[in-house]
Amino acid sequence: MNVTIVDYKSGNISSVINSFKEVAKDKVTIEVTSDLNKIKSSDKVVLPGQGSFKSCVDALNKIKGLTDTLNEFAITNKKPLIGICVGLQMFADVGYEETETKGLGWISGKVSKIDNQNGKYKLPHIGWNQINIVKDSKIFKDIEDNSHMYFVHSYEFVPNDKKVISATTDYSSNIVCSVEKENIFGTQFHPEKSDRIGLKIIDNFINL
Amino acid sequence: MLKNRIIPCLDVKNGRVVKGINFVDLKDAGDPVEQAKIYSDGGADEICFLDITASNENRDTIYDVVEKTSKKCFVPLTVGGGVRSVEDINKLLNCGADKVSINTAAVENSKVVIDSSKKFGSQCIVVAIDAKKNGDKWEVFTHGGRNNSGIDALEYAEQMEKNGAGELLVTSMDRDGTQVGYDIDLMSKISSKVNIPVIASGGVGNLDHLVDGIKLGKASAVLAASIFHYGKHSIKEAKDYLDSKGIPVRI
Repeated sequence: MNVTIVDYKSGNISSVINSFKEVAKDKVTIEVTSDLNKIKSSDKVVLPGQGSFKSCVDALNKIKGLTDTLNEFAITNKKPLIGICVGLQMFADVGYEETETKGLGWISGKVSKIDNQNGKYKLPHIGWNQINIVKDSKIFKDIEDNSHMYFVHSYEFVPNDKKVISATTDYSSNIVCSVEKENIFGTQFHPEKSDRIGLKIIDNFINL
Repeated sequence: MLKNRIIPCLDVKNGRVVKGINFVDLKDAGDPVEQAKIYSDGGADEICFLDITASNENRDTIYDVVEKTSKKCFVPLTVGGGVRSVEDINKLLNCGADKVSINTAAVENSKVVIDSSKKFGSQCIVVAIDAKKNGDKWEVFTHGGRNNSGIDALEYAEQMEKNGAGELLVTSMDRDGTQVGYDIDLMSKISSKVNIPVIASGGVGNLDHLVDGIKLGKASAVLAASIFHYGKHSIKEAKDYLDSKGIPVRI
């Protein structure tokens, strides 16, 4: 089996690479590439994302044919894909960071700034917070409710259909921190930085 | 609920861990990669490396340390010391750092913070402020505490938030290495001034100081070196103690 981490030249993905390689050991091949054919032929895809919604969407669009390839992979062929942080946010129809930007539109909804309640909550939401698992998700196998995960973000994904939400976290309000829609998974938190418990989520995805 | 973070800091010189007492009188306390692994296994919420002689010598050793550490530790890794440019930041991130802390360069050239936070995202840009009390205000020092910029630390903190810093790492020069506790006044004033998280640093000598940094200093995270370093306290002891004082921590 091979898992491809999409390298679309946006932000720092070395931690994602290190964590997947740590979990995969020798049984699974981890590719890091933006090569469309390699993405097409891989079994699973990881879509990381750091920086702003706009910078990530722009970077995706800069690589000719990449969004079409990802669409084909996740929507047409329904192969497993996980988005991390802004990678998850890009599933939305639209994001409002910097300026209004069209997302991939895979899960209907928007990405807007966390309400800091007039400065009561510091942004970015940085650090370890507990997740409330609200739906059985395949990537949460053997993950206990209220587990701690590492977050770094100022924007939140607000999906229209609440049934896709698999976990929330409490910061200012109930922020959506994990989604599952058929073959598409996403985490707002960083499993690659969430210690052993985060690596377990990566392991669950690899073993889907 | 968001937890307060405990961050052990490892001062690294030529690829080896040291801890300065007021930035001189260094003692060797081991291999940074192994130390970092012990801390992350012990429940550290993040690891911080400060390359203390990076501006002067043997610059490349830190990249190797970061690369090795990031393959073994799966909690956030912040690296600072001698970071001069967007390219330096890029290199550290590529080696596996999750955040980079910028000190002197942020004072000398505001574009470094503006450009790097745009390029890599605010989440990985930490501005380190070394502040020393002068009368009724604090001034920002650069070059590992050697030069006084004369800039007011509170105004500077606010400006760094505007420039795109995701966090502020505030060190009291007066307290660093003294083990008498954080400069609570400085921490709480800066924390109240900005809407980004503040990491308190400089002066921790016992576990109550960590409690004070969070409760009184209003810091989101507390950084300490020597109390963890020489085995005085484990990360777990620190967390249990904070927990017993009603401070939310990840246990």
